[in-house]
Amino acid sequence: MKIVVCIKQVPATGADKRYTDDLRLDRAGVEAIINPLDEYAIEQALRLQDAGTVETVSYLSMGPEQASEALRRALAMGGDDATLITDPALVGADEWTTAKVLAAALDKLAPDVALMGMASDDARGSLVPGAVAAMRNLPLLSYGAELTVAGDEARVRRLSSTGFDWIAAPLPVVASVTDQVGEPRYASLKGIMAAKRKPLETWSLADVGLSADDLHGAALTRVTDARPPEAKPPTERVENLPAAEAAAKIADWLAARKLI
Amino acid sequence: MTYLPTPEHEELRAMVRELAEERIAPRAAEIDEKAEFPWDLKELLAKQDLLGTCFEERHGGTALDTIAQSIVVEEIARADATTSLIPIVQKLGALPILIAGNDEQKDRYFPRLASGEWLIAFGLTEAAAGSDVASNHMRAARDGDQYVLNGSKRFITHGSIANVLTVFALTDPEAGGRKGMSAFIVETDTPGFAAPRVEHKMGIRGSPTAELTFDDVRVPVENRLGEEGDGFKIAMATLDRSRLGIAAQAVGIAQGALDAAVAYAADRMQFGQRVVDFQGIQWMLADMASQTEAARQLTYAAAARVDAAASDLPYWTSSAKLVAGDTAMRVTTDAVQVLGGYGYITEYPVERMMRDAKITQLYEGTQQIQRLVVARQLLQRAGIGARPRERRETGA
Repeated sequence: MKIVVCIKQVPATGADKRYTDDLRLDRAGVEAIINPLDEYAIEQALRLQDAGTVETVSYLSMGPEQASEALRRALAMGGDDATLITDPALVGADEWTTAKVLAAALDKLAPDVALMGMASDDARGSLVPGAVAAMRNLPLLSYGAELTVAGDEARVRRLSSTGFDWIAAPLPVVASVTDQVGEPRYASLKGIMAAKRKPLETWSLADVGLSADDLHGAALTRVTDARPPEAKPPTERVENLPAAEAAAKIADWLAARKLI
Repeated sequence: MTYLPTPEHEELRAMVRELAEERIAPRAAEIDEKAEFPWDLKELLAKQDLLGTCFEERHGGTALDTIAQSIVVEEIARADATTSLIPIVQKLGALPILIAGNDEQKDRYFPRLASGEWLIAFGLTEAAAGSDVASNHMRAARDGDQYVLNGSKRFITHGSIANVLTVFALTDPEAGGRKGMSAFIVETDTPGFAAPRVEHKMGIRGSPTAELTFDDVRVPVENRLGEEGDGFKIAMATLDRSRLGIAAQAVGIAQGALDAAVAYAADRMQFGQRVVDFQGIQWMLADMASQTEAARQLTYAAAARVDAAASDLPYWTSSAKLVAGDTAMRVTTDAVQVLGGYGYITEYPVERMMRDAKITQLYEGTQQIQRLVVARQLLQRAGIGARPRERRETGA
């Protein structure tokens, strides 16, 4: 049994987001991390490996060369090997291109489960898991609070408005999980040291059987505008007051805004 | 000459800092208030392989260089001084075995220490023998293929929770502490051993400081470290290295207090502006930062000399501990000042840091003992030599 976890390197959550002239995210000089939502996918895969259900956990990422740092970091948490797809033709890739390239790479890696986080922290499109499943003509088990694999079937437990649903599909599948998986583990010191010796391959577009011509200029979509959110008015604090007075003050504030 | 941290050092610091900020710092106030050893954090550090940094890989350790070991201690101490003592004492207790142990002794104890399954403590100090190590009274009398230990130890960090100790006792009382003391490995489940009392302390309150009693404690001969009479030499060699752990702890405490002071001053408004915008506060913060950095760099310089087995190692490690301990005390005191009244109450961490800092001027050699060591080395270098009264060897 083999899982490939697809991860994306994103700017650190608290980092200042700047845009280049062509409205792409400027990654230069910004601290980069593993997309936090992908860490839950890593944790889920490693738990299945710890339990002996899964033999191999591999990682796959598409991005600039520096994305290999994210893969190394994932390998420090656990797992066996990693592959980075990097190519000059991929600069400015949108969700469609990303899905197409990942799908081609996954066809080659042929895992039982291709596992992803539910969204990326920077773009938040949430489109890639579904697109990869569609392009590979495989079942999609999305938004899992938990993933299990038994026999020739995978299941996810998904939060619903009335409780949980269990959704099953025959392997191989594409799956995505949420933060309900549970806290991702910290990389241990030995894990960090061992990660340096684990295989990390770099593939070009040609290595996954694609060419720049297949990608329509790396994107089908175009970003027409990007701007930071409007600044919020400063937070009003109610402090150092007896409880009753503080409660009255908060109630007045809410009432003035017709919220209560 | 390389004078920059390696990428591996930076990576290690980032790893420990993340762990310390997310998991250790939130526990620090409670550990201090309840004066309870943080078993949960001991497990966490063990799981992350941070208790085996001084052990070889064949024993399950990670064999980090001494600068890297200092970084681990520093980053934990930045969040909580008590918790930083877990790796510090794991090394302190093991150092006599690292220095003088044979392969059989190392193979027997190091795997359990490196994994964190067992804790170890270092039993040298006695009620009447602190700085004056050679005045030890505890006896170890040979009886066939065993030694019978009798006496007591005081101020033994982790003494009441350790599974095993390295203990110093006189095998030849007439020869005195300098020539007649030997070192032993003692498992704490040996009959006759007890830890009857734990001290109530000003700082590092979650770290139990115990009085230990030995009443006919029988230790097999194969648990002796080195030869009979090597004890004093082993103890001094241990302290020459272990005091660097205290230097790193002191740097971490100072950094923690500085960071807390900067964060507070940036948030606190007085006279219509942020406190941090007053130049008087900026000067204090600048002094705190540059002094902390100086202490850190001296600690790393000393650490590099441990790995290089420098012949003047005591000069470096004592200088580092002296500067770092005094810096931690000064910087934490200033941090309380920056926070004003809020610095004096337990709602903010700096009063705890100030209480924790004090111990770094006291244990593993008081600052006065460090000065004696530095001065002795200084005079040696100058070819002067110390007067007989000051030439007495001193340590813990």
